[in-house]
Formats: sequence, C-alpha cells, structure tokens
Amino acid sequence: MNDVRRSSPFLRWLARAWSWLFLLFMILFFEVWARASFNATFLFNPTNIQSILLAAVQPLLLALGQTLVIIAGGIDLSVGFTVGLAAVVSARVMQNFDPLMPAALSFALACPIALLAGLGVGAVNGFLVARLNVPPFIGTLGMYGVARGLGFLAAAGNTVPTDNPVNSAMGNGFLFGLIPIPVLVTAVVVLVMHYVLSQTKFGQYTYAIGGNRQAAVRAGINVTRHTMQLYLITALLAGLAGLIYTGRFTAGAAQAGEPTLLDSIAAVVIGGASLFGGAGTITGTVIGALIIAVIQFGLVFINVQPFWQFIAVGLVIILSVLVDQSKSQVVKS
Amino acid sequence: MTPILEARNLTKRFGGVTALNNVSFELFPGEVLALAGDNGAGKSTLIKCISGVHLPEEGQIFLEGKEVRFSNPREARAAGIETIYQDLSLADNLDVGANVFLGREPMRRRLGLPMLDRAKMRSEASTVLDTLDIQTALDRPVNALSGGQRQAVAIGRAIYWKARLLIMDEPTAALGVPEQRKVVELIHRLKAQGVAIIFISHNLGDIFAVADRILVLLRGSKAGERKASETHGDEIVKLMVGA
Repeated sequence: MNDVRRSSPFLRWLARAWSWLFLLFMILFFEVWARASFNATFLFNPTNIQSILLAAVQPLLLALGQTLVIIAGGIDLSVGFTVGLAAVVSARVMQNFDPLMPAALSFALACPIALLAGLGVGAVNGFLVARLNVPPFIGTLGMYGVARGLGFLAAAGNTVPTDNPVNSAMGNGFLFGLIPIPVLVTAVVVLVMHYVLSQTKFGQYTYAIGGNRQAAVRAGINVTRHTMQLYLITALLAGLAGLIYTGRFTAGAAQAGEPTLLDSIAAVVIGGASLFGGAGTITGTVIGALIIAVIQFGLVFINVQPFWQFIAVGLVIILSVLVDQSKSQVVKS
Repeated sequence: MTPILEARNLTKRFGGVTALNNVSFELFPGEVLALAGDNGAGKSTLIKCISGVHLPEEGQIFLEGKEVRFSNPREARAAGIETIYQDLSLADNLDVGANVFLGREPMRRRLGLPMLDRAKMRSEASTVLDTLDIQTALDRPVNALSGGQRQAVAIGRAIYWKARLLIMDEPTAALGVPEQRKVVELIHRLKAQGVAIIFISHNLGDIFAVADRILVLLRGSKAGERKASETHGDEIVKLMVGA
C-alpha cells in the first residue's frame, strides 16, 4: 500500500502560503513605487491603512458568509442586493422614527429590523436550496432579483437619506481615534467566524457536507438544517454590511452592495476555497479581501487609471486558481 | 448460543413489487455470512431492512434475542449495527481522525471555549488502525489514500464505535487484487475479535475466502443457505440463477 498520492511538499506549502506572499508583494510594490515616484510612503501612512481596511469591510463581510456556503458546496449570489435591502430598510426606519424618539433609540430599532430584512432573504435562499433542492446558483440568483426589486421599491427608486447622528457616528467614528468602528466590527466577526469554522462541530460539518454530502447524511448530520443555517448566516452578515453602509454614507441605497458581490466571491477564491466545495478558510478569505482592497486602493494611489483595477483583480483570480490546481498535481512516488 | 441477529420472515414491498419475500436467517458472533445473488435478487433490500434504512412490512428482527424495530439508520447504529457502503461514505477532504469521528466529534475546552479535540481524534484513529494493522498518513485528507486504506478507514470507524454487527456492501469491488487480499485479511481479523459480519459480494472467490455460510437470494426469496465448507462454486451459481 505505498501508492499514496503525494504532491511535493514545496508545492503544497506554496499553495498554502502564496496568498500571504502575494499580499506582501503587493504592499512592497506600492511602497517602492510611492518612494521612487513621489518620495512618499504607502504603508506607513495610517490614513492609507484606514482607507484600505474600510474599503475591505463590505466585500469581506459578504465573503465571510460566502466562505462557509462555498465550502459546503453552494454559492450565494443574492448577498449584494441583500446589503442594499438592509441599507434601505435601516434608513427608512430611522427616517420614520427619528421625529418620534431619541436618535439612539431609533438607531437601536433600525438595526434589528434591517438585519431581519436580510435574514428574510436568507431564509428563502435556505428553504429553496435545502428543502426544495433548487441548485444554489439558480435559487440565489432568483433571490438576487427579488432583493433588488424589494430594495428599490422600499427606496422608491432613490437613495434614502437619514441624519441620525448615532448612525453616522457608528459608521464614521474611530476607536482611540485610530481604528474605524466598521473595521472593528468586522474584525470581531472575522474572529467569531474563524472560531466557528475551524474549531466547532458546525464548522467541521460544513467541510463534511462539501466533501461528501451523502457521507454527512449517513453520519447523522442534519444536512438540511445545516444548509439553511449557512444561508441565514450569510444573509445576516449581508444585513450587517447594509447597516454599516447606511452608517458610513448616512443614506440607504438599493444598489449599496452591487459592486461587491463579485469581489466577495473573488476574495473567497483567492483565499484558496474551492468552488466545488470542501475547501477554504477564514484566514484565506481575509487575505483574499485584503489583496483586492490593496490592489484597488494602490492603483488609485499611484495614479493609474482606475479601470486597471478590474484587470488586476481578474488576473489575480485566475492566478490563484492556477496555483491551487498545481497543489493537487500528482507526483509519482 | 443466542444468535447476535435473527431475521424472521422479512418481507418488503415497493408498490406492487415484492423486493424481499419471507426471508429468515440467523447470524452468530464471529460469523461471516455472505449474501449472494444476481442483480435485483434483494441483497440490498435485505441489508437495508437490517440497517434501518427500510422498515420491513412483515417479519421481525431480533438483536441478541430481543426484538428491535429501527426507523432510521441512526437507531441501528446505536444498537451496534454499522454499515459500510460501497462508496465508503468518507468525507474525502477531511483527515482520517475527522472521518472516524464524523458526527460524533469529541470536544475540549480551551480559553473557555469548546473546541474540537483534534489531537484525540488523531490518536484514537491511529490506535484503531493499529489494531487493524494498517499504516497510513493520518494528517492528510483521505482522498490522498489508496482504495484499500480508505476501506480500512471505513472499517476502523465501524470498529471504533463498537460495531457488533458489520454490514459490508461489496467491500472488494473497487479494489486491485493486492488490496482485495488485504480486505479479506481484515475481515478475518474482525471475525477473530468476535464481530459478526454480513458481506455482500459478486465475487465467489472472495465469498469462499471469508464466509462461514452463504445465503443465496433469487428474485427476493431465499434460494438456499449453505455452509461454505460443504458447498462449492457451481452449486452457489446454480442457486443464484435458479437452475
């Protein structure tokens, strides 16, 4: 029994570490460019770091839930417009309640209601995929349309401004004058999700379902309930991203999350998850989201036309899949 | 001696089709019973009635003399009946320990939080594979293992959870010849440990290599039951085709 399939340890190490190395490389690249071209620093300017992290908040929140769904062999295309729906709902709630009560109370009401709106989308996604066995791509594409329409209807086709000061403080405030509050919230979510995926039965079952659904069923795992929960988690985090959007821009908009849907999937893939399910990590996804944010911010920083971002991110996605494939290359032993 | 398992007059119908008709048999600890029969003879239906996948319309099942009725596979497993399916039911992306403990993971507390006890899963998996005399990489996902090693992991999982009755569906079908031999050796070792085994196979060579008794099914009914030492391949084939 010596015919164990073995890929070379170096390739395996490279496949695991390449996204870290790549992130490091990008940062160094922009640092060198900044010093050479305009004698400035890229990395050692706190404003730059704050901007990059803030830009990463929304795609990362979507990508964290997406990571679990993708590991379990699914995908959630509806998250982008779930963000918008939750953003519009929270802005509408505050618009309506601000005249009646203190700003803090109105904000406190808006949060759960907006999250519930997001969870509603997730519940339908979960029901379609887990109970009715609709393919995730189709079921969540349907809900992409539904959430989009509901968001624009709730916003009456416009952006919904709110001047709730608590809302604005949460979206634009800093902890110790240094860490943006949305970044802090996202960091907490990252820690919780990392714990759930890597250390709990829930996380283990997520991998098992993606690896062999039938085996998970036979092992007594309630795959239907688990799948429902995955789509609820994703929707909850999309709802949170919507709240943060309304906080930062003091307005809700139905298209708030539209551009970040694909970025979120890209972050998961760059982070080493397989779209066939069974593989992926939270740390990988965080690195993936940071790579995208660094590229996007860095290219603007060095004065390249912004359209180059799309090309750069697209190339990184392709590169990451190529590296991933080389990992499983069989080396005869 | 009480049989570990006794099936009495099991009948299972699917609509108008009688998939299993009035089949009875006994199985004693440490005994290997081979189920033989052509495709559609009712072998799978019979084991599914025992492993809790199907509920037979008629008949009774006794486990160590006590009547049991399993409404799902989990109840059968809790009673000590483990089934190893042809596809092995392994999560290919997880390592050996995770597969042995799938659905029943041990936890420990660290920093006040419950966490998976991966060290325990690995060491227990290693111990159980040692008792089966199997060496394999414990830190790699099981898709990196050979067919025989994967089979051993599936068997190891059943053994770890104290299976008293092991149902194996075509355990050698997908394996090369050296690995088939290894699985046959494993079955002998389990038998020596007092585990009763029901073994489905199309391969008469394997059947005669491991079985104490052979039960032949034909179109859902029992065509015959023979001691392996008192029969030969030709007779079994005749029973299988109803000649």
